[in-house]
Amino acid sequence: MIEQIDTSLIDWSRAQFALTAMYHWLFVPLTLGLGIIMAIMESIYVKTGNPFWKRTALFWIKIFGINFAIGVATGIILEFEFGTNWSNYSWFVGDIFGAPLAIEGIFAFFMEATFIAILFFGWDKVSKRTHLIANWLTGIGATLSALWILIANAWMQYPVGMAFNPDTVRNEMVDFWAIVLSPVAINKFFHTVVSSWIVGAVFVVGVSAWFLLKKREKEFALASIKIASIVGLVASILTLWTGDGSAYQVAQKQPMKLAAMEALYEGGTNIDLIAIGILNSEKKSHNDNIDPHLWAIKIPEFLSILAERKADGYVAGINNLIEGGYPTEEGTALSVEEKIAKGKLAISALARYRIAKKESNQAEQTIQRTILETNFPYFGYGYIKDPADLIPNVALVFYSFRIMVALGVYFIFLFAFALWAGKKNKLDTNRWILKVFVASTPLGYIASQAGWVVAEVGRQPWSIQDILPTSAGVSRLNTGSVQLTFFLFLILFTILFIAEVSIMLKEIKKGPGVSNHSSN
Amino acid sequence: MDYICLQHYWWFIISLLAGLLVFLLFVQGGQSMLFSLGRTALEQKMLTNSTGRKWEFTFTTLVTFGGAFFASFPLFYSTSFGGAYWLWMMILFSFVIQAVSYEFQSHMGNVLGKKTYQVFLIINGIAAPILLGVAVATFFTGSEFIVNKDQITNITMPVISSWTNPLHGLEALGNGWNLCLGIAVFFLSRLLALLYFINNIDDYILQKRFHKALYNNTALFLLFFLTFIVHLFWMDGFAVEPQTQVVFMQPNKYLINLFEMPAVAASFVIGVLLVLGGILTSMIKHPFKHGIWFTGIGTVVTVLSLLLLAGYNNTAYYPSTSDLQSSLTLTNSSSSLFTLETMGYVSLFIPFVLGYIFYAWRAIDLRSISAEEMEDKNGHNY
Repeated sequence: MIEQIDTSLIDWSRAQFALTAMYHWLFVPLTLGLGIIMAIMESIYVKTGNPFWKRTALFWIKIFGINFAIGVATGIILEFEFGTNWSNYSWFVGDIFGAPLAIEGIFAFFMEATFIAILFFGWDKVSKRTHLIANWLTGIGATLSALWILIANAWMQYPVGMAFNPDTVRNEMVDFWAIVLSPVAINKFFHTVVSSWIVGAVFVVGVSAWFLLKKREKEFALASIKIASIVGLVASILTLWTGDGSAYQVAQKQPMKLAAMEALYEGGTNIDLIAIGILNSEKKSHNDNIDPHLWAIKIPEFLSILAERKADGYVAGINNLIEGGYPTEEGTALSVEEKIAKGKLAISALARYRIAKKESNQAEQTIQRTILETNFPYFGYGYIKDPADLIPNVALVFYSFRIMVALGVYFIFLFAFALWAGKKNKLDTNRWILKVFVASTPLGYIASQAGWVVAEVGRQPWSIQDILPTSAGVSRLNTGSVQLTFFLFLILFTILFIAEVSIMLKEIKKGPGVSNHSSN
Repeated sequence: MDYICLQHYWWFIISLLAGLLVFLLFVQGGQSMLFSLGRTALEQKMLTNSTGRKWEFTFTTLVTFGGAFFASFPLFYSTSFGGAYWLWMMILFSFVIQAVSYEFQSHMGNVLGKKTYQVFLIINGIAAPILLGVAVATFFTGSEFIVNKDQITNITMPVISSWTNPLHGLEALGNGWNLCLGIAVFFLSRLLALLYFINNIDDYILQKRFHKALYNNTALFLLFFLTFIVHLFWMDGFAVEPQTQVVFMQPNKYLINLFEMPAVAASFVIGVLLVLGGILTSMIKHPFKHGIWFTGIGTVVTVLSLLLLAGYNNTAYYPSTSDLQSSLTLTNSSSSLFTLETMGYVSLFIPFVLGYIFYAWRAIDLRSISAEEMEDKNGHNY
């Protein structure tokens, strides 16, 4: 019998979840982004009666369908992996975490599955208006799906609306609306959904630019670029705004993640934000006194403004968070060693409470329960062996954050320029611009993936912030089993991904065939 | 509703979802007969498009079944999925390859070729019903696991659920009674598919094949289903002492449950009669196209009743053969009162969801699938 969790089991379980999530997230943002663009196109068709818009919408619906199938395929694994690979997690917080998943199934998945059937097969079976409603409801279903899973994800980053029950040995929901309306959840939802619109918009602009380069489907391509650019520009500005909100929430709720995003080891007041930087690979440990940055361009005091909304706001660095002692709203921050001690106290109080309960020792139960409740905010620290385990992969988070932000800013210019050039009738004549648009197509995906790397790698080692580290949430399996399924998923998803891209390229090459009929 | 009522209510919802899932496995049943019923490319296309317009409902019901189980009985989610790892992984793999196959098979550039995706559909068509049937059978036959909630306080090994069989779920396939139910579900899915095709495909030659195939599949379904049912009512079951929550073996527990819950007994009998009625009427009366609805509703009611027998009347619904007291019951595995109440409000919207599914289903199936529709190049056909 295993008496200690094999660390390689934790790593492989994390790798499998990351693999599945990253593959899944290749397809979801395009579903969300194309969803709104094709719904707008069909709305114009229904309003104007011009069949050009129907054929334009049809082309993007076809692309949507190809992408949707593989998104669904990768999505089912994610839901069940919470049970298969994170079984302890599933019990420890399932009372809270399961609800959004169930609501997602009942409200969002069925809405998507039902109305996508009408969207694909209902053109000559329902009225134009009903079909349009089905189109919008398919997109709304996908968005609702995102809402509930992001609420669940946000709760892991900022656990609220719950209380620990020592009798059932789990966290239990006590305030549903606190979970649904938590500021982290709201910000995460808007930031993720509107940034997904960007992915869809960049994709449509890129594909349409390719048609213009090939001197094909001009009317279709210009109309598609116009709609995608409007959606993309609005989404880019909203993403900038919600991104700021997300960073503020991270600063308040997950200061270690913020410190990793900036590779900030020594905090303080009036802290600069690193706009562009290169990390020093010589730095191996948080306390080796080596400068973490080789080179950096900084924006003065901006990190303090971003994190605390004031130039002289205090921002904790990695070392401050490890060593504690800096001022907080509650007083003075504890060191990680102190938090580990409190976490161990909470865990041992739980053990003693359970023994006292079996012995029907009411007085002891009361004492241990009080100790447990007092120290429960640090419960997860009890499983941490070394304070350094609390530092996520700084380089990965640092660079991912910069890639995401840089591309986000780039997209604002891209869409603004596309709109301006379209208005001035300069789009189809400037081949280099069109080439830039085509080359930008994968950038939306890169930005989106980078965003998730920041969010998920940045919160390690926690599966539930401060309450449960990933090491304590894992299933009791052989590492070999997880390795095998990891490689099976890797092979399967890679083949399917190649097939999806190949099908899409064929469909794009085939084209919508709109221009031949555009006078209809 | 008090806590116990809510636990029973949510077990009812889970059982209902399981019933709907088994009914919707007609998609898989149809896939498993793709080559045996469809002998030309056009016939295969009609079959594929018939089930292909419904596959997402099966898929979504499976996902919702999982989500609802997670929300209402998280200890099951934790113990079964994390323990019977390979059984669930095989089920999931089969659904992953299904999800892309309908859309990808007819597109140029699909890398693997149309035949591969058709084979994927057949694999899913055979594997999913059998494996799901095996998984459900373990609700009666038991699994090898231990649950120890105190383990969470062991900081080097805090995992509370441990599977004691190193095969991690594969051992369920070695139990003849599990396989018996799995094979029964497989043949049920095929005969449901045949009844659905009879309802949905307008083709004289195919209709003749559907009716012919109904006989063998019905006979084999009845053989395996009745064998399992006779065994189920004969076997010892996992009973729970209501006061102490101690689990013990009780002879003929599931038969006793049937007698002690007359409403469940009645629904079981009605369900079985509806299943048989839909099949027999379709065999005898030509052209009778509504057999799918009788047999479909009968399937939902029968599966619902069987799962109520597994969980109601002081029964451990997910028994452990390694440690009886680790068995999962409605009481020891459910979510908190607050969560069940909250989810109870959510469940009130289910009729609304069923309403728009009914509308969409009807709209899509208003016209039967025909060769002419399949040859229409402007339509979205698989």
